[in-house]
Amino acid sequence: MSVILVLILVSLVVAIAFLTAFFWAVKSGQFDDTYSPSVRMLFEDRVKKEKEAKND
Amino acid sequence: MKNETKCYHCGEDCLEGKLTYDEHNFCCNGCKTVYEILSSNDLCDYYSMENTPGFTVKDKAEHSIFDYLDNESIKREVLDFEGEGFQRVTLYIPNVHCSSCIWLLENLDRLNPAVLDSVINFSSKKLTVNYKSDEMSLRQLAEMLDSIGYGPQINLKDADDSKKPQKAFDKQLLIKMGIAGFCFGNVMLLSFPDYLGIAGVEEEYSSFFRYLSLALSLPVVFYSGSEYFTSALKSAKQKFANIDVPIAIGLLALFVRSTYEVIADVGPGYFDSLVGLVFFLLIGKWFQSKTYAALSFDRDYQSYFPLAVQKRINDDFEPVPVKELKKGDEVLLRNGEVLPADAILIDDHASIDYSFVTGESVPVARKKGDYVYAGGRQVGKQVRFVIQKEVSQSYLTQLWNNDAFGEKEHHTKLIDKVSRYFTVVVLLIALFSAVYWQFTDPSQTWLVFAAVLIIACPCALALSTPFTVGSVMRVFGRNHFYLKNADVIEKLNATNTIVFDKTGTITETQGEALKFCGPVLSEAEKALINTAVASSTHPLSRWIKQFTEVKGFDYTIESFDEKEGKGFIAIVSGLSIKVGSAKFLGVEKSNINNATQVHVSIGGDYKGYFSFEATYRKGLTNLLDALKSKFKFQVLSGDNDKEAERLESMFPEGSVLRFNQSPEDKLKAIKEIQTKGNAVIMLGDGLNDAGALQQSKVGIAITEDVSLFSPASDAILKASNLMDLNKFIKLAHEGRKVVVASFILSLLYNCVGISLAVAGELTPLFAAILMPLSSISVVVFTTVSVNLISKKIKLK
Repeated sequence: MSVILVLILVSLVVAIAFLTAFFWAVKSGQFDDTYSPSVRMLFEDRVKKEKEAKND
Repeated sequence: MKNETKCYHCGEDCLEGKLTYDEHNFCCNGCKTVYEILSSNDLCDYYSMENTPGFTVKDKAEHSIFDYLDNESIKREVLDFEGEGFQRVTLYIPNVHCSSCIWLLENLDRLNPAVLDSVINFSSKKLTVNYKSDEMSLRQLAEMLDSIGYGPQINLKDADDSKKPQKAFDKQLLIKMGIAGFCFGNVMLLSFPDYLGIAGVEEEYSSFFRYLSLALSLPVVFYSGSEYFTSALKSAKQKFANIDVPIAIGLLALFVRSTYEVIADVGPGYFDSLVGLVFFLLIGKWFQSKTYAALSFDRDYQSYFPLAVQKRINDDFEPVPVKELKKGDEVLLRNGEVLPADAILIDDHASIDYSFVTGESVPVARKKGDYVYAGGRQVGKQVRFVIQKEVSQSYLTQLWNNDAFGEKEHHTKLIDKVSRYFTVVVLLIALFSAVYWQFTDPSQTWLVFAAVLIIACPCALALSTPFTVGSVMRVFGRNHFYLKNADVIEKLNATNTIVFDKTGTITETQGEALKFCGPVLSEAEKALINTAVASSTHPLSRWIKQFTEVKGFDYTIESFDEKEGKGFIAIVSGLSIKVGSAKFLGVEKSNINNATQVHVSIGGDYKGYFSFEATYRKGLTNLLDALKSKFKFQVLSGDNDKEAERLESMFPEGSVLRFNQSPEDKLKAIKEIQTKGNAVIMLGDGLNDAGALQQSKVGIAITEDVSLFSPASDAILKASNLMDLNKFIKLAHEGRKVVVASFILSLLYNCVGISLAVAGELTPLFAAILMPLSSISVVVFTTVSVNLISKKIKLK
């Protein structure tokens, strides 16, 4: 088989993998709320509390 | 005199003697308490998120309103999941509004270690909490949320809803779009060799590419596009050609023709046009279906009424579900609780706030033995009632048994009117050209027939409405006018009468309506009154307190004696201050108007009275002027006709004003207008307007805060934007013109395409260029023109 055919089939398989990832993302609710994740990632980690725990 | 100090927690002006704690200023004890809770739990980052993130917290006394959550059967209804040692619950938190809210609510475990984790969905304002049930009860969780200013709203409707899976449709549309987009991209790549003429050179690939395209188009036609076929079949059965009929014919013709070409090895087929078409159509559908997850347009009395009420069982009051209430039951209402059924008051005095029912914000006083309608909220101390009717049979709630709450009248959409003719014309053209070619060159007959059907597929036509109304809805949304769905815009265009509710809709609902009648009060007198009313629990006292706020006086209250339902006598710094009804002070009630009056005397001298009077929203006359050329007006008021003269002077001649309207009367009034052939826009704000809102063509609920309760309606409008109503109506009208213009545009494309198809010149390459081009140009044209128009009429 010509190499082009192999390449096209491989690229399709890769694309289908991404499509499946999209299905998973939709079904797991990642598109339900698009605002709070964008804020959530900016929150400080809980460094303070851990520091205090160390001091104790 | 205005104090410029802002509360560190909620950002409101610190009006009264401000509290200072930890070098920050607070307007009230509640805010200070929240700050204490937050700082003691190391959560002060909250304040660095935004300048004034918080809310004014309610009085601590209100927390007990959640004790019905200890009732096992209610608890089971509210909980999502109950496991060993832990429980999961999803609560609706109307107060969520900014990033700090997310932060605070997702850090609940720091406030109370019994919380395992909490996640907020910002768009639907729902908080999901997992917590250790042996360390914390559901009631304690609700109380904790309430104490930090995020009281959950738990009611009958939610308990029922939680069992249904929500928004399954949305996800399906996304998946359909994903598949269509995926296949579109791949098929387009696979079609390039054919279009560029490379296929001739390397022939061994071309049939492989074509079969691959065929395979990729299968899920698009049979899954992503399946709705168009089912909808077309359905409407064909009803002998009514909606827009889906020509679309389905076009898709089918494309698919059959292309499959034939590939299998017979005569050409590359039109797979990329086919798949692209479905993809664009789905995008249009998605664009139009933008919904407001946090808003509910279907609320009835159930979502306003509480889940449970304190009922007397033997000698104790215990929370029972309101559904189980029967005639003769004795119930106890505490401050802030809602009476779920018609009942008779058995305590001496109650003051009932009907603001959610009628929009009237001044509470009404009720005496022992009075019959009290359901839906009122008790303000002040706790009172007892004897239930007279079951919840569903009460004066207000039986409104929902009316027929109006069934199916709404059918509205034929513009696009369906057009498509009726469109389908017939296209089929005729296809037939005639087939007949013509049958005589000139029979080998071309079927090719031309299919080509006409393909190119006439009204993709651009079908896209013009969704993209226009989708853009209009987005403009409305930016201006706090939220529509239930896209059909409302077309319905808006068909109306010619506007009906207003009075109280709360065209009048202000807040305490701004307060004024003092009598000789002007001196600063010192104001301060004296201010100090005195501070001890009163009566709701009107709070407004008077705000009104009499002055700085620089330091009076102390020595004694305070409140006579329920009449007024109070207070001794402030040696002076006796009497505040209350005219009778209580022994003066003549001033009969200038019937507004609620609170009379005042200081040291035995009568000073005058505070009057709570309805003031009309600013700009109302301008709004009516702007609309009067196109609309007739009516006012349906539940009140008596004391305001008739004022209203008559504001509304243009020929407007009908009706007073003393019961909820049923309002519904009937709308029906009566409709039987005269008019289509009605109803504007209302309370539960008593629910019937009228439902019956009218477009029911618009007016609300001060869109996340709070509003009755079932077609649209929700924030009260502050009411004066933009004429602009909204104007934009809806202009939107219709945009749709018509884009119809013409897409019909022009169709004319070009069809004439080529009839001549037998339609090549796959040409189809692949023309079809996306027409779709995209229609999309760009509609969205750009709607946004330009909205700028022109000064909408955000």
